[in-house]
Amino acid sequence: MSTRTFRVWRGDAEGGELVEFDVEVNEGEVVLDVIHRIQAEQAPDLAVRWNCKAGKCGSCSAEVNGMPRLTCMARMNLFEEGETVTVTPLRTFPIMRDLVTDVSFNYQKARETPSFTPPADLAPGEYRMQQVDVERSQEFRKCIECFLCQNTCHVVRDHEENKEPFAGPRVFIRVAELDMHPLDTRTDRQDTAQDEQGLGYCNITKCCTEVCPENIHITDNGIIPMKERVAGDRYDPLVWLGRKIFRKGERQD
Amino acid sequence: MSTTDDTSVSAPPRAAIEARTLRTDNWMRVPVLTVLGLTAWVAYATFRVFYQGNYWVADYHYLTPFYSPCFSVGCVPESAHFGRFLPDHPLLPYAALSLPFLLAFRLTCYYYRKAYYRSFWLSPPACAVPDGHAKYTGETRLPLIGQNLHRYFFYVALLITLVNTYDAILAFQSPAGFGFGLGNLVLLGNVALLWCYTFGCHSCRHVMGGKLRHFSKHPVRYRLWTIASVLNNRHMMWAWITLGSLMLTDFYVMAVSAGWISDLRFIN
Amino acid sequence: MSETDNDVERLTCDVLIIGAGGAGLRAAVEARLAGRSVIVISKSLFGKAHTVMAEGGAAAAMGNVNSRDNWQVHFRDTMRGGKFLNDYRMAELHAKEAPDRIWELETYGALFDRTPEGKISQRNFGGHEYPRLAHVGDRTGLELIRTLQQKLVSLQQDDAAATGSFEDRLRVIDEATITDLFVSDGVVQGAFGYRRDTGSFLAIAAPSIVLATGGIGRSFKVTSNSWEYTGDGHALALKAGASLINMEFIQFHPTGMVWPPSVRGILVTESVRGDGGVLTNTDGKRFMFDYIPEVFKAQYADTPEEADRWYTDPDHNRRPPELLPRDEVARAINAEVKAGRGTEHGGVYLDIASRRDPAYITKQLPSMYHQFKELADVDITAEPMEVGPTCHYIMGGIEVDADTTETGVTGLFAAGEVSGGMHGSNRLGGNSLSDLLVFGKRAGEHAAAHAERAETVAIDKESIERAATNALRPFTGEGENPYELQAALQEVNGRLVGIIRRASELEEALVELDALRPRIANVAAAGGRAYNPGWHLALDLENMLLCSIATAKAALERDESRGGHTREDAPGMDPQWRKTNLVETLEDGEVRLRRKPVPAMPPELLSLFETTELAKYMTPEEYRTTAAAEGPEAEQEDAE
Repeated sequence: MSTRTFRVWRGDAEGGELVEFDVEVNEGEVVLDVIHRIQAEQAPDLAVRWNCKAGKCGSCSAEVNGMPRLTCMARMNLFEEGETVTVTPLRTFPIMRDLVTDVSFNYQKARETPSFTPPADLAPGEYRMQQVDVERSQEFRKCIECFLCQNTCHVVRDHEENKEPFAGPRVFIRVAELDMHPLDTRTDRQDTAQDEQGLGYCNITKCCTEVCPENIHITDNGIIPMKERVAGDRYDPLVWLGRKIFRKGERQD
Repeated sequence: MSTTDDTSVSAPPRAAIEARTLRTDNWMRVPVLTVLGLTAWVAYATFRVFYQGNYWVADYHYLTPFYSPCFSVGCVPESAHFGRFLPDHPLLPYAALSLPFLLAFRLTCYYYRKAYYRSFWLSPPACAVPDGHAKYTGETRLPLIGQNLHRYFFYVALLITLVNTYDAILAFQSPAGFGFGLGNLVLLGNVALLWCYTFGCHSCRHVMGGKLRHFSKHPVRYRLWTIASVLNNRHMMWAWITLGSLMLTDFYVMAVSAGWISDLRFIN
Repeated sequence: MSETDNDVERLTCDVLIIGAGGAGLRAAVEARLAGRSVIVISKSLFGKAHTVMAEGGAAAAMGNVNSRDNWQVHFRDTMRGGKFLNDYRMAELHAKEAPDRIWELETYGALFDRTPEGKISQRNFGGHEYPRLAHVGDRTGLELIRTLQQKLVSLQQDDAAATGSFEDRLRVIDEATITDLFVSDGVVQGAFGYRRDTGSFLAIAAPSIVLATGGIGRSFKVTSNSWEYTGDGHALALKAGASLINMEFIQFHPTGMVWPPSVRGILVTESVRGDGGVLTNTDGKRFMFDYIPEVFKAQYADTPEEADRWYTDPDHNRRPPELLPRDEVARAINAEVKAGRGTEHGGVYLDIASRRDPAYITKQLPSMYHQFKELADVDITAEPMEVGPTCHYIMGGIEVDADTTETGVTGLFAAGEVSGGMHGSNRLGGNSLSDLLVFGKRAGEHAAAHAERAETVAIDKESIERAATNALRPFTGEGENPYELQAALQEVNGRLVGIIRRASELEEALVELDALRPRIANVAAAGGRAYNPGWHLALDLENMLLCSIATAKAALERDESRGGHTREDAPGMDPQWRKTNLVETLEDGEVRLRRKPVPAMPPELLSLFETTELAKYMTPEEYRTTAAAEGPEAEQEDAE
């Protein structure tokens, strides 16, 4: 047991500041435990989101010493003895209070993403899919919607005006999931991603992948394959030439 | 590394946190190393492709990849496996038909894009560190929309890698006929690494099977996709290793050709 | 549909669903498909509900892996697991309808793991005779919640295409808590609550309300449950005039993490023991051999040698005692700790490191390996885990009609963990996810039908003002900090109403809980109304207290040991008690308890069991009413 110094951002849309707390830290604790202790003993109205405390629900996203992460997965032994730990809210979304931000941007983008569209002629119980065919999509379905990727992506983090045209990594892996789903019947997902969701804004600098607590290969397995699918459709000169010659619109199998 | 004041990260409606980044670790290290590494390589490569000498070891048929395929009428005849038709001009590299494509292949490579966007362009320099630019449109318009041509450059790079492989096989030579020396290992090693980089390319992965919706209906392509995926997982590593191996191979050929060292021979 | 009146946002809808976990969302889908307007209240962000924590899978007798499986076998397993105290009709509906509910999820976009034929794969689990759990690795709960969340979104998209509005017919209000239900003459009128983000109030008029608020685990200190699990639905139902049944049955999972403190309570899956892990005390002794009850002696090994042979040759050796039913293992761990042979953190060791090589462990138990590595910095391939019992699930809950899920209050429905009866005295692993799909769907369907025929509802101003005053009370309270009071409540439950109970301790608990009542009434919240967790907790405390009293009272009344209720002073099951449900209501602010007969199983269901088995649970006159039919004798296990 030792006493550590925490700096926690407190405030709301009107403004705020980093408030210092000296707080007891026990062996094996995570940042969220310490936040809870501050809440229980020093600041009962300290606003923080959390749920499962086991890295499964994605509620307790914040920035710890400037790095976006789940506070329930940020073990205290990551920090040096005597190091001040600074905890701030996610910096890409509007502030509500203290460590809580308004993440509705992400829900809105999800709502603008066309849903799974199953084949009309298959009744429930008749679905047959091979494991190898669902595995790629299953990786993306590990997403716990912590929105750390959305928060870290510089496209919107540093450029508020891009929130309109850009849907973000979370949405891109959702689109990839559906585009790779063995039974999804929509054929316009690549166009929607490129034209309406701002896939082209991504410059694959991979911060989304770096902060993903589920270790989803957001860029390599989701965004880049989507970019490649779009490229195959629109920019590949050989495909273009092939179409000219054979006059056939080859898409996916 | 400076950043502009135009980032949204501290502006309303977001939390009014003064510091642009609160990262306490040494986040500048990687972009700085990247700049140093890429600059050094480009400097060396530029020097070598315009040097127009010491690219061929006549005794053992070692040809450096920087001069393959050698199309200039200035090329040593034996080194030009596919004919000589380009004019010999000091500003025209001997392998002027392949080098631009190799350059474009690497420039549009998904890994190198990350590397130079982060380090040279600061967009962003590191995660949760503000973008160095006030406006950002990514790869949505010219010229960066051209990054989508990566696939095309990949196809050409694939051909060039075949040529490099051919070069490496032809190099089992000595004045006495068949020969085998350390240079062969260098050339072969380089080619093997180039395959790891090229076959693990994101575009290759797409072409092999990434575009399919049902792997189960295409077992062979699934197998190829799986191999490409395994290599792709370490694409950054292959990207750097092949820069090193290209430079090393070229330097070895140059050193033997210039007579600074003599090739260690195992057979003839 | 919305107006603001005196700082209170007024909304109306046909079906109000309180709770956005699996049951609530499934109900919302059904009510919306029935053409009704729906509002869903989510205490957390949309998609974060506790359902995400479910790992193992959803039990449904689809017969994909073993074609001999069918609803009758599932029904039998469920009744056995619940020690025959289950509402047989719920268990029957559950077993019959679970496969359809799972298949339906695929049409919403769920991607379960597959069999080689491309069907949904099913896994073995404690208490299930055949491989039965549809699953996605060990994150089935997440798949379920995300699938339902995305189905809601797709319905909203349909609405937007038709009407231009995403939310006119189906609206999710996230980060909001309901504090009161409005009931007039035994008929539901609506609900009152607050938005967590702003602290502003909501009054929602609705002829049908579905409670789907989950459990009560947060009343215990060591729990696998999240902060949301404060028994809101139980308390709302009680206050509205509905009744709770069998609140004494709480499932304690024997192996929760106990160290480090940050992860206390988080589950360590049963598979660790199934794959060779053993329980040892601080003397290094593998103690479970000392705790094999008489009735299990035939199935469990009495020497370590035989137990160790079982892993490779289960046909010729008896099972290791580490795999005894969940309640037995939990009791044994408890006894070891009490005898002073526990670790300094109050657990025992679960050791797989010294018994299996690291490669085996990381291959067989990848998520456990990562859970310990990432959350606790413990390498389970190199050192033993420290484990102890953790509060996991409440079998008891709101008394509902099996077919309609309606409570005793007209227009009030309940589904999921908040409802009672389905699981009897003990729930089988995997039956929770299927439960919330089956009864969530039924709740949505019947709530929608009720709304269609119901008369117009109205909420009067006085009721709203009363509710608002009540909700603001903590700001004028002069008592203690809510966190201290919660800790005090958890301490009482943990010490006196935990896994092993005694009449004297339960009486003491009731006295102590009673003493907490004025302290909780006087709780003080600091700060303002906008996103103030202290205030939120202050309002939850009353619900937690009510549930705790209900549990303690029922536990004191039932002087037998059955499933999730163990009385040290009344060991063993009593056939007379099998015929009795304990029903609790709230009268003048006091929890009242009465006994109510368990409905008798009809002959066609009774005949699914062999007489010898029924004789273990029932009095002769009960099971002799029918000629017992043939039925395979299954090994009885407990649940995950």
